[in-house]
Amino acid sequence: MTTTAERPAAEIGKDRRRKEDQRLITGRTRWTDNITLPGMLHLAMVRSPFAHATITSIDTSAAKGAPNVVGVFSGADFGDELGVCINAWPITPEQVTPTHSPMPADRVAFAGEIVAVVVARTAAEARDAAELVDVEYDELPAALDLKEAAADKVIAHPDSGTNKSALWVFDSGEAGTGGNVEEAIDKARADGIVIEREYRQQRLIPAFMEPRSVVVDPTGEQLTMWSATQIPHILRFALAATTGVPESKIRVVAPDVGGGFGGKLQATPEEWIAWAVARRIHKPVKYTETRSESLLSAHHGRDQWQRLTLAATKDGTVTGFKVDLLADLGAYVAIVGGGVPVLGAFMFNAIYKFPAYRFSCQTVLTNKTWTDAYRGAGRPEATYGIERIMDELAVAVGADPLEIRAKNWIRHEEFPFTTVAGLTYDSGNYEAATARAKEMFGYDALRAEQRQRRDAGDRVQLGIGISTFTEMCGLAPSRVLGTLDYGAGGWEHASVRMLATGKVEVVTGASAHGQGHETAFSQIVADRLGVPFDDVEVLHGDTQVAHKGLDTYGSRSLVVGGEALVRAADKVIEKAKPIAAHLLEADVDDVEFAAGTFSVKGTDQGRSIQEIALATFAAHDYPEGIEPNIDAESTYDPVNFSFPHGTHLCAMEVDTETGQSTMRKYVACDDIGNIINPLIVSGQVHGGLVQGIAQALWEEAVYDDSGTLVSGSFVDYLLPTAADTISFDIDHTTSPSTTNSLGTKGVGEAGTIASTPAVVNAIVDAIRHHGVDDVQMPCTPARVWQAINSAGSGAATQAAAMPHFDEGEAGASSTEGAQA
Amino acid sequence: MTQISLTVDGTQVTDDVEPRMLLVQYLREKVGKTGTVIGCDTSNCGACTVHLDGRSVKSCNVLAVQADGHEVTTIEGLATGGELHPVQAAFRECHGLQCGFCTPGMIMQSVDLLNENPHPTEAEVRVGLEGNLCRCTGYHNIVRSVLYAAEHAGDAAAEAAEVGAS
Repeated sequence: MTTTAERPAAEIGKDRRRKEDQRLITGRTRWTDNITLPGMLHLAMVRSPFAHATITSIDTSAAKGAPNVVGVFSGADFGDELGVCINAWPITPEQVTPTHSPMPADRVAFAGEIVAVVVARTAAEARDAAELVDVEYDELPAALDLKEAAADKVIAHPDSGTNKSALWVFDSGEAGTGGNVEEAIDKARADGIVIEREYRQQRLIPAFMEPRSVVVDPTGEQLTMWSATQIPHILRFALAATTGVPESKIRVVAPDVGGGFGGKLQATPEEWIAWAVARRIHKPVKYTETRSESLLSAHHGRDQWQRLTLAATKDGTVTGFKVDLLADLGAYVAIVGGGVPVLGAFMFNAIYKFPAYRFSCQTVLTNKTWTDAYRGAGRPEATYGIERIMDELAVAVGADPLEIRAKNWIRHEEFPFTTVAGLTYDSGNYEAATARAKEMFGYDALRAEQRQRRDAGDRVQLGIGISTFTEMCGLAPSRVLGTLDYGAGGWEHASVRMLATGKVEVVTGASAHGQGHETAFSQIVADRLGVPFDDVEVLHGDTQVAHKGLDTYGSRSLVVGGEALVRAADKVIEKAKPIAAHLLEADVDDVEFAAGTFSVKGTDQGRSIQEIALATFAAHDYPEGIEPNIDAESTYDPVNFSFPHGTHLCAMEVDTETGQSTMRKYVACDDIGNIINPLIVSGQVHGGLVQGIAQALWEEAVYDDSGTLVSGSFVDYLLPTAADTISFDIDHTTSPSTTNSLGTKGVGEAGTIASTPAVVNAIVDAIRHHGVDDVQMPCTPARVWQAINSAGSGAATQAAAMPHFDEGEAGASSTEGAQA
Repeated sequence: MTQISLTVDGTQVTDDVEPRMLLVQYLREKVGKTGTVIGCDTSNCGACTVHLDGRSVKSCNVLAVQADGHEVTTIEGLATGGELHPVQAAFRECHGLQCGFCTPGMIMQSVDLLNENPHPTEAEVRVGLEGNLCRCTGYHNIVRSVLYAAEHAGDAAAEAAEVGAS
């Protein structure tokens, strides 16, 4: 048998063009908003203009009389059937979690909260009629500023009596994973170096390109919801758990979904209201948000104050790190909610060997839009904090920031390494990634140019920013989630179905929204089963097709879902083997499988697995005692996270007269373990980089003094364009993960996690000789200029994030933290 | 209601429309051209970009009645004879899309850009696409796609066939 010679080229590692693209580049798409059903009605939401108010009356009579309006409902029209929006992760047993009705009847807690819904024959008529709903409010004082809210000056939910939702603490001394951080700090104060900083993680908006949309069809035995969501399976569970409809009567479909970045990892009021209305009127309904509604009411991300204390010896060896966070939850504790900053708890120590570590996070309720996962979810915040302060340590020691990092990082021969936060890093080689990044960047030459420009007193100064990040991917080992009181597991499910024609149907519980699963998963299965890439079809995102799954977020699809796929494929081979042996008239022990073919050792007899699929379908001739079926499924629960890492280097040019920053070069060398498809990986890295860079330079959700979101359109919320960005230089080193059989680590969030501190470090590095040691994000020209000219933190630039407002105008001083 | 007649992707259509109806709503809701999508309310994102008499327009910024008597091409009418337009093929070749939501507008704008400037520099491509937002790609591979399409314009048909078949 010459199976080796016939073996098709390995699919894994190949830059396959994506299967998804053909339909996407020709407009043959099925976005939720494209779905039209017979008799379908349209919804428009009436939203509160106030951040905090009691609802005194809702007059729907004029709206009900408008053309083609079928109904108008408010919260009072529904009882328990409306359900509630859930928090799946109470981070402490005592967590204060205000009840989150999708459409409250008595009181609104943020501007944009839904108070009524209009049902009409067209979307335009629904919107017209929504204008006619007359809602009377009694305005209440609103808790807006995070620090003031943490001090309980104004209470966001008066019945709670406090805005403090939960205090989550990890202390390495108490956990037994390290020493006592206070002792380390005391010692450093006496004879070492102590760096204390407070950094701001501004509020961001995920701003996926496809606005959220939901269609609910209550006709038929099962109720069907199509939604632009990352989490069809979790939605199905949550609908069943909160609205009283049996799970078996619910089908949720995520069709083509236009981006998520965490922003569609939510159980939303809009989905719950559409569900309730469809059930009430027995007709299909559709709701598609406007962009303004999306920016206003889809959950936001980040929004933290970080107080950091780093203790080190005089030579720059870190002896302890203490982190105190304030995290703004917004008006409600969202589905992951307070868990997002907790995910950062394990990452502030990053790639370093810190002997002592303490993390505490106070989550705080305010009268602003709720916050939850946004690309990176906790890890970008942690990486920003540590990578910014490591630069400050380098300055204090007078060493190159890369040398300071190398002095403290885990050396490659020390893996697997158990960190002070209690996680065991599987593999990595920080030295190799850094060496490669330096080489690509031309580090020494750029440092020389920087010195030369500084000596010459150039108007445009050069800064070099470093970020040597790691992150935890592959959410998550279910037992670990259990110890953290998370409300679900972290496994993933896959099945492989062998069709009679030799085609292979792969069903995954991961739910892609741009990641390219159909392509990458086809490559994995093609290699595993030895079948052609084009013979593999990947099905996902429909709970009737993929009945079991935990969806896509946290860079988990490949490392968890991919492993489930491998195991299901291996089971197919195991099930096919006795049938192959039977057909080959050989003993099972004499049958081998390689490159898609079962063969008898020492002979040239063989049958392909696709032939076995057909023979099993016919079932005319198979062994006694087994089923005529070689389909298989697997549920994989990971044993550990995986820990990709990388070294990112950024060169920024800063015009010291105008404060304008321009990116000159960006190099990323990421170690994400084995790569399935380098083309898809490059896309993930590029896109991630720009989201992280955008946090550093442009984006911020800004509220005015009355709690109105003033960056509520794409005119005001500054998504970068092609003209704002540059092309990147990326490469990889490879330390295969030891926690899954493919050796993969996850890449969906890496770029975003790494790039923000690299950019800010570069800007600060460019102007440090002006006495600057921080610039608050987003580093607008105004803030950079202010930093240079006040030789301070550059924070006191009011209205920096809303340049179309004049200073002194209402709201101009509301850029949170700007006064600090 | 006003009656309008126009050509959409080569097909003559006639409809009564409200004067306030936007071209993008008309295309999606009346003609069923759901390949063209709506991404914002402020004409910032460009996801709805189509060609009106061969030039790119944001179809959220044109009233349906303004298209009366004109010719509209959407992403669905770009490929001809079963062959991808070279710019479509380039986006696939260079991984110029991820979720694909901005892609129809991005491709229609790129076609217009190359019609106007067949051999743009990277900087010209970046400025030319400034009115189209993408959240997935970081623009790196979109820019590469447009440059690739420009570079392969000479052997466009052959290239499209080859890429389409791979």
